[in-house]
Parts: sequence; structure tokens; C-alpha cells
Amino acid sequence: MISRMIAVLAVVAFGLIVSACGYNTIPTLEEQAKARWSDVQNQYQRRADLIPNLVATVQGYAAQEKGVLTAVVEARAKATKVTIDASQLTDPEKVKAFQDAQNQLSGALGRLLAVSENYPDLKSNQNFLALQSQLEGTENRISVARRDYIEAVRSYNTTLKTLPGLLWASTVFRNNKPMVEFAANETAQTPPQVKF
Amino acid sequence: MAFALVALLCADPAVLAVNFPALTGRVVDQAHIIRPETRSTIETKLADLEGKSGIQLAVASVPSLEGEEIEPYANELFRAWKLGEKTKNNGVLLLVAPKERKVRIEVGYGLEGTLTDALSKVIIANAIAPNFKAGDFDRGVSRGVDDIITVLTTDASEWQQRPSLRLDDQQAGDPLSWLLIAGLIGLFTLFIVSPGFRWLILNVALNLLLNSGRGGFSGGRSSGSGGFSGGGGSSGGAGASGSW
Repeated sequence: MISRMIAVLAVVAFGLIVSACGYNTIPTLEEQAKARWSDVQNQYQRRADLIPNLVATVQGYAAQEKGVLTAVVEARAKATKVTIDASQLTDPEKVKAFQDAQNQLSGALGRLLAVSENYPDLKSNQNFLALQSQLEGTENRISVARRDYIEAVRSYNTTLKTLPGLLWASTVFRNNKPMVEFAANETAQTPPQVKF
Repeated sequence: MAFALVALLCADPAVLAVNFPALTGRVVDQAHIIRPETRSTIETKLADLEGKSGIQLAVASVPSLEGEEIEPYANELFRAWKLGEKTKNNGVLLLVAPKERKVRIEVGYGLEGTLTDALSKVIIANAIAPNFKAGDFDRGVSRGVDDIITVLTTDASEWQQRPSLRLDDQQAGDPLSWLLIAGLIGLFTLFIVSPGFRWLILNVALNLLLNSGRGGFSGGRSSGSGGFSGGGGSSGGAGASGSW
């Protein structure tokens, strides 16, 4: 009976030591990074959802800007097709494809907004102004979500490579690979300039 | 020896701190653009708002953004101050940077649906920027705060309805509560019978204890003019900015 008690105590003590010393850190950080990624993806989705309305509004005033409008619609269609689920975050190719598609959409959007500067009626349209501020807000949320994701990935990757985590990473969590950080692409970081 | 090893393994990497103004009150006027009378009027309004709705609205002015854009600066400052209740994230920050001639309304996660980006933009464009342009910071800040409060409190009837709805649900949903009790009894039995399960529960409990210490202190509800502290809320970059 006593030996059984000791065994239980030992198991409890072992559990305590193990959980206090980073056994949980790797899965926790991994889940955090994945959650931050879904935030990033949601914000990009939010931007994509704003675009049809924006395009329709611009079309009403500047239908002759066909090339720019089509470029936005196409870039949007392409960007919404490229999604990454959380398990693919360790694949640099996939992340790059996602980045490229979103960057292309950013570029097309930037051109659309630049062109709309030439149409005073459009610029003073209330619907357009509201859409612009929503788009501006979304771009800012994207950059916050990206920053949070980059931070989460950094601490996850650091844990995999530094001491307490390294022990677990080389034994129990051997299949955990570092996640891909976003390339610090300047054009992607700066939101399209919206002027009022 | 063993203890030293454990301590070494458990050492957390140091957390970097950014140099933001301290949250000394609901109005932190580091750039000295607000007169004392206006300031105390605004502070009363802000305390009133929190008393009624739990929303923490803070006003800040900074002498310089230290080379940063106003959007990331406002977001980081908001997170450093932890405005809003932790579970609701119902904080708002009105940040003014007179040197850069920039202003931003940063909205906590929980209020994104009420104080939308478009509404924030309208408040800046109509109430704040024109007054700032005319050099009247007092009026700009006061009118901005008034408008934000108006937007935030117009929906109050909706929030008040929600808890009552939930209460009704609980009274009606008897089968669910029986299921819950049955589940608890089952878990308790397992806890008595199975050592493996006992270990799991103890482990989880210990973990919760250990992590709760690490989560950081979230300030309680503030009272009066004395200590004002954030309630643990966060923001994800919602809101709008403008310049004048």
C-alpha cells in the first residue's frame, strides 16, 4: 500500500517537473502560432470580402478604367483560391505562394485607389469613402495580425532550437518542424496609401 | 544540484519592454495640449462611461511617436495599457500626436462591431481634425470623446438585453443541466477509481496554477480619480487615423 502511495506521489512529482519545464511549451506555442495564422487569414479574407463592393462603386463612376478593375477582380479571385491550413505552415513554398497572391492583390488595389483619385465625383461618394476607411482599417488589421503571427512563430521556432525546448523537440516532439516566418517584404508591409 | 538544473531548465527568456508613457489616469496628456478644466471634465465623462458600461476609454497625447507610424504605435500603446475588461476587450484609445499632426482612434477587439472603422473615421473627420486644424485641441478632444461615447452608448439597450436572454435560457434548459450533473458524477467516479485519470487531473490542475501566475496581473476595476489601470483588454488594429 505504502509503495503504491509512493508510486503515485512520484508520478505526481514527475508530472509537475515535466509540465513546469517546458513539456507543454512546444504544443502551446504551436497552437498559439496556428491561431495567429488563422487571424492573418481571416483579415485577408475580410479584405477580399470588401473588394466586390469597392469594384462596383468604382465602376459606377469610372467604368473606362477597365484594365485596373479587371486586374483587381482577377487578383482577388486568385488570392482567395490560395489558402494555407495550419499544418502547411512549415512549408516555405506554400507560404510564399500565399504571400505572392496577396501581394499581387495589394498592388492591384493600390493602383485602383490611385486611379480613383482622378474622379472627383467618386472621391466624394459617401459609399466610396466608407469603403475606403474600411479598407484602410483592414489593411491595418492585416499588419497587426501579421506582426502577431511573426512574433508567435519566432517564439515557437526559438523554443524548438533553444535548451529546455530543444530536449523535448529532439525526443517527444520530433515531428515538430519550425514554421515559416513571413519574409519582411516592404511592399507588403505598407498598406496602399489612402488619401482624403 | 538537481534543483539548480530544474531552475536552469525553467528559466524564461527576459521580456523586452518598450518605453511608453505610464497610464497615470484616463487622460494622459504628455504633450500638454489639454487645459486642466477640460481635462477634468473629460475625465468625469470617461469615468461615467466606465461606470455605466464597463468600457475603458482613454485619451493620450504624446510629444513624439519616436519615428514610428501612428497605427503601430497606438496598437502597442493600447496593448501595453491593456484597456478594457480582459474577457470583453472593450477598450478604446484616442491618441493624439501633435508634433506629427496625427490622430488615431484605436478600438479594442470587443467594440469593433459598434465603433467601426468607418464611424471612427467620420468622428476624426468631423469632430476632431477641423478643430485641431484651427489650433483648438481642447475642443477637438472634447468633441471627439463626446462622439465616441455617443456611438458606444447608443447600443446600450442591446447589451442590457443579452444577459437577460441568457438567464431565460438557463431556466428553460433543464435537460442540459442534468446532463452536466451526470457528467460531473461520472468524472468524480473516474477520479476515485482510476489512478491514471487522477494523475491527469492533478497535472492539469497544477498546470493551471502555474500558468495563472505567469499570465500577468490584470488590473481590477478602477475607482475615482486615484489609480486607473487597464483591465487586461487588447486590440487588433481596428479604428481609424487621420491628420490635420
